[in-house]
Amino acid sequence: MAVTDQIRPTTAAVLDTRPERKPRNLGQIIRWTLLFLGGVLMIMPIVYMISTSLKWPHEVYNVNLIPEEPTLENYTYVLEDGRFYMWFWNSIIIATITTVSNLFFDSLVGYTLCKFRFPGRQLVFIAILSTLMIPTEMLVIPWYLMSQSFGWLDSYWGIMFPGLMTAFGTFLMKQFFESVPDDFIEAARIDGLNELQIWWTVAMPLVKPALAALAIFVFLGNWTAFLWPLIVTNSVDMYTLPVGLSGFGDEADVAWELIMTGAAISTIPTLVVFLIFQRFIIRGVVMAGLKG
Amino acid sequence: MANLALKKLVKAYGQTEVLHGIDLEVADGEFVVFVGPSGCGKSTTLRMIAGLEEVTSGTIEIGGRVVNNLEPKERDIAMVFQNYAIYPHMSVRKNIAFGLRTSKMSRPDKEARIDEVAAILGMTDLLARKPSQLSGGQRQRVAIGRAMVRDPAVFLFDEPLSNLDAQLRTQMRLEIKKLHQRVGNTIVFVTHDQVEAMTMADRIVIMKDGHIQQVGTPDQVYHRPANTFVAQFIGAPSMNMLDGQLVDGRIRLAAGAPLEMSVARPPSGASVVLGVRPDDLAPTDAAPLIEGRVSVREPLGAETLIYVETASGEIVAKADGRNPPAVGEVVRLGADPANMHLFDRDTGMVLT
Repeated sequence: MAVTDQIRPTTAAVLDTRPERKPRNLGQIIRWTLLFLGGVLMIMPIVYMISTSLKWPHEVYNVNLIPEEPTLENYTYVLEDGRFYMWFWNSIIIATITTVSNLFFDSLVGYTLCKFRFPGRQLVFIAILSTLMIPTEMLVIPWYLMSQSFGWLDSYWGIMFPGLMTAFGTFLMKQFFESVPDDFIEAARIDGLNELQIWWTVAMPLVKPALAALAIFVFLGNWTAFLWPLIVTNSVDMYTLPVGLSGFGDEADVAWELIMTGAAISTIPTLVVFLIFQRFIIRGVVMAGLKG
Repeated sequence: MANLALKKLVKAYGQTEVLHGIDLEVADGEFVVFVGPSGCGKSTTLRMIAGLEEVTSGTIEIGGRVVNNLEPKERDIAMVFQNYAIYPHMSVRKNIAFGLRTSKMSRPDKEARIDEVAAILGMTDLLARKPSQLSGGQRQRVAIGRAMVRDPAVFLFDEPLSNLDAQLRTQMRLEIKKLHQRVGNTIVFVTHDQVEAMTMADRIVIMKDGHIQQVGTPDQVYHRPANTFVAQFIGAPSMNMLDGQLVDGRIRLAAGAPLEMSVARPPSGASVVLGVRPDDLAPTDAAPLIEGRVSVREPLGAETLIYVETASGEIVAKADGRNPPAVGEVVRLGADPANMHLFDRDTGMVLT
């Protein structure tokens, strides 16, 4: 009893000294509401995409979120259509080659701009950065004329060449290479490595998070690219997934349920990649100070 | 192993010259320490020897071969950096092996060499670890191991102990010295810490503003400083500097009796500076040099440092640790004239 008596006031004292729980202020409520609405706004197209992919054609223009008669028929149809695999394959090839190319060239240029001192270095960097300000819509005409002159129309090369190296990637990699101490590079130089070996064995392993982030940015960008592949390709065989899916259906009607089904399937690889590497994306964005 | 020679070495960045013609010969197997305040050019000199900075004019010779236009890897040198420069993505073994990447040794020979170096540095148990799992001292040892593994002609150390705490620094200082005694390579070591320089060097090169002030053994630079800068830079606490006038071969200070001193070189004028180390200055009644009032005491155990206000300004002396004078007490301080140094006040050069 005596012990309990001793404890009781102590507990009470602790409770008394707890900071009073502050009532949530209006600003916080507004902030959370806006974030919630933003979240809903982001998720709704995906929800509708999945919902539409489970609907019959006659139900497509019905805005109900839950299909009246859910069906997997669209998935069966798309997966049995040979064209889907062909476009999927085209997209895989283009996104993969472009990603590998960006990882190589962007990091090489970023490293050079970061770690070497040569006349005109700043000018080159500014010139590369300034291309970030030119919208794709302005570039497609010169790209098209170039493709036409070189005979690249309707080919993998034609689709890929504008994105094999990007200003954004170069900038991102340069920023990351800033964090690699010069001592590391000088030590390797003294140990007898040439500049390419230093880049590959010393600098590159130290910027793995940036490489992962860049890989995701580039892969997603090319996987979902629509405008340029649409312009540069003519034959159905060369379509990428987004271009091919947009033409699903026949002359009379656009088959939205099939487009949504194809889109839903094509989202799976990107979602997997994103879920695995999202922490690298966040670090990459923070380091580069840019939005993806 | 090889000797090293710097001949009229000049470094300029644009119009700004930072090294003004350095001449130095380092013998084969010698341990030379460059010491000086920040910006004196010691690290720049080291980086030029390594080939990391271009030479503006003059020559660098390693083993009798001019290396000015050789790449760092062709100079047969190894360097230990202040921040260790050990690669965080590689294990200790791989870090040490990195120095042998371009070597033509067979794989078993390389492995044996790595094990040998690890054993010398007491790191055999740490070979599988990553640098993040090591303490500061262990990381420094890895950096030294990577330099040692190639058995270079010249080792270059760029303030390698600066990032360690005081205790570890003392320990590593001793280890590097033992290592030098064991392997016997030529070492050029850069530091701003005069205690490191005094304790490790065969010879010390004291630099200031891109000029060498004095080159000598620790004993020489301490007991026979070439100028007031060296006199005050080496030794802690610094040498006391008392302004005086040289009249008829006698030195007159602000107060006290004139002092007889033999002058080897004639001064440019009558103004001189008398230098006395606190170690050589103690309370005495026999032939005192100067007197003043004790303002502060710093007990060090066996002895006590006393700060004394005199007519020539504040000076530091050493008193007995058991029975030091009290604060406020007037003391007379004296020194053996053989341990005093006389400098020209205008040029700063030694006259004795």
